[in-house]
Amino acid sequence: MAQIRIENVRKDFGSFNAVKSSTFTIEDGEFFMLLGPSGCGKTTTLRMMAGLELPTSGEIYIDGEEVGQKPASQRDIAFVFQMFALYPHMNVGRNISYPLLCQGMPKAQVRKKVGEIAEILGITKILKKPVSGLSGGDRQRVALGRAIVRDPKAFFMDEPLGALDAEFREHMSEELRALHDRMNATTVYVTHDQLEAMQMGDKIVVMNHGSVEQFGVPQEIYEWPATKFVAQFIGSPCMNFLEFKGKVAGGQASVQLDNAVFKIPELLDGASGDLTFGVRPEHVHLDDAGSYRGKVVATEYLGTTQIITLDTPNGQIKAREASLKNVAVGEQTGLRFDARTVTIFDASTGRALRSHANQGVLTHG
Amino acid sequence: MSFSATEPTRGTKWFAGIAVVLYAIITLIPLLWIVATGFKSPADSISYPPVVVFEPSLEGYVNLFTARTRATEDMLEAAGPAVTWYDKITRNRGTIISGPSRYGERFMNSIIIGFGSTLLCMILGTAAAYAFSRFKVPLKDDLLFFILSTRMMPPIAVAIPIFLMFRNLGLNDTHLGMILLYTAVNLSLSVWLLKGFIDEIPIEYEEAALIDGYTRFQAFYKVVLPQAATGIASTAIFCLIFAWNEYAFAVLLTSGTAQTAPPFIPTIIGTSGKDWPAVAAGATIFLVPVMVFTILLRKHLLRGITFGAVRK
Ligand SMILES: Nc1ncnc2c1ncn2[C@@H]1O[C@H](COP(=O)(O)OP(=O)(O)OP(=O)(O)O)[C@@H](O)[C@H]1O
Ligand SMILES: [Mg+2]
Repeated sequence: MAQIRIENVRKDFGSFNAVKSSTFTIEDGEFFMLLGPSGCGKTTTLRMMAGLELPTSGEIYIDGEEVGQKPASQRDIAFVFQMFALYPHMNVGRNISYPLLCQGMPKAQVRKKVGEIAEILGITKILKKPVSGLSGGDRQRVALGRAIVRDPKAFFMDEPLGALDAEFREHMSEELRALHDRMNATTVYVTHDQLEAMQMGDKIVVMNHGSVEQFGVPQEIYEWPATKFVAQFIGSPCMNFLEFKGKVAGGQASVQLDNAVFKIPELLDGASGDLTFGVRPEHVHLDDAGSYRGKVVATEYLGTTQIITLDTPNGQIKAREASLKNVAVGEQTGLRFDARTVTIFDASTGRALRSHANQGVLTHG
Repeated sequence: MSFSATEPTRGTKWFAGIAVVLYAIITLIPLLWIVATGFKSPADSISYPPVVVFEPSLEGYVNLFTARTRATEDMLEAAGPAVTWYDKITRNRGTIISGPSRYGERFMNSIIIGFGSTLLCMILGTAAAYAFSRFKVPLKDDLLFFILSTRMMPPIAVAIPIFLMFRNLGLNDTHLGMILLYTAVNLSLSVWLLKGFIDEIPIEYEEAALIDGYTRFQAFYKVVLPQAATGIASTAIFCLIFAWNEYAFAVLLTSGTAQTAPPFIPTIIGTSGKDWPAVAAGATIFLVPVMVFTILLRKHLLRGITFGAVRK
């Protein structure tokens, strides 16, 4: 198993720049998520790590060795494709044994190894079956079997659950995570589903338009987004943005929105012009004592909680409140925000201003 | 009975079935007529109105495979009594067998040239199609169009230059020459067809093989080739049928050693009067190899000719 380091990796397809100078490190044994919207360059980044695509520039280190320009076959890694790519002309057992046959492992040993893997994945019964008739979940397991049978240095998975239906995804993601915890193998997992990334990942890198927006553990990324993009991409509903004009300076611990002054974590950076006050829905509270007013335009019942949409002087926001709370559409109400959870963004660059609360998270990213 | 857009009703099925059977009968009649004519006596073969029920005879087949001379009384006497059944047939007509005819050789030429060019065409075509499908080839689209454009004129339009070229290269009337020629003509079709088939094979299979530690060439022949088998088989049938039936070039470029069956069969007519049963017998035997080849590969052919129409 291995640590993987990506340094200033860039990929151009002709004149199109798919991945811009990315840098991040995946620690040994980590379950690492590459998260981002469609077309942001996740697959391309993963394929460069795997050696299926060669980077235009930059270095890739696996286990300390620079492998950027080496072909996939020399990197000793395994890849699980989105559509699984099981060899259709071979049965399940042969699919799983195929990487071992390439190494010239003796037949008896191969059979033993395949048996072990099938046991782990619970597919012993289907080893003799052709792959064409398998269910999505079994295909997934066979693909995993083919990946783990060889004890590679790392696993790369490109949206491995994308082809499964919602119900089964949940189940497979648990199975996958359990498998990872058992084998402790460095795993890089591509997904565009922020929920999946938060649930499964030890660490997440968020990409957009070919660049790394933020990199860190799920909780940090959720609480302290480095950019407005991350704030919006992660969380459902996403972070609220209250747009305002003004000027803030380092050391400042409050901002004025409309007629009200709100406490914020003490800022380290200053900025002026178009600014954004970012707060997560669960930190917005309906409180009639508040002087900052909003009008309820919609409510959405979600079981234990409800999402309340409000019009404010600085734009529309959503609040998450307990379902028990009685809220009527059209009602005017005061609003309160949890001061320690607020992030201020410079709207022109989209970047978060550093504060005492988020500096730890932002500096290592 | 439920009705859906994809499931035809019983009525439609019956109608379609009857239409197909009728169509098959109509196309098969000339074929059956040729097969029947091969077993008729010369008199029956030209009688009018045509006879449908006749006494079968192998005279056509005997005449096809033998050369005969008209025999005088003393020649017949010198040859002694007829021993074999085919001797008896020819003696009845006052001829004796002087040796085998050239049909066997010509038929073998057809086999060598037809299957040889098909094999060569598949090797080159698969390699080219794979490269066009998977690699960045400079000017790919122009090259593909150029390859296709060789199909835009009838090949026979370049017959004279090819004739002169073959004469200078010493390829006239050689197996090699005909194999190369048919390969060249078929290659454009096979590159295009095979590229279509290979394009349909997801590239992930090869990538999976590369990751599993195989080289690109191993990935090609262990993973791509087995899956392209269907496409290769149906393309091979198209190529074989063309090379097998080709007439114009064969007439022009072959006369002896490398002459194929198509230009030879009509010459049977001239050698001993209008010997229609022998011609029909020649045609019948000529049909067999392509028929066997097609039947062997038929399960691939069906998917082959409808490819692209059905998504997996
Ligand atoms: N071989 C290629 N040639 C040209 N452009 C490419 C190639 N591969 C990817 N791209 C482009 O690079 C960009 C990033 O693609 P990539 O597949 O990495 O995105 P992704 O984040 O995986 O998206 P998705 O979630 O849709 O899979 C896309 O705009 C895509 O069109
Ligand atoms: Mg992708």
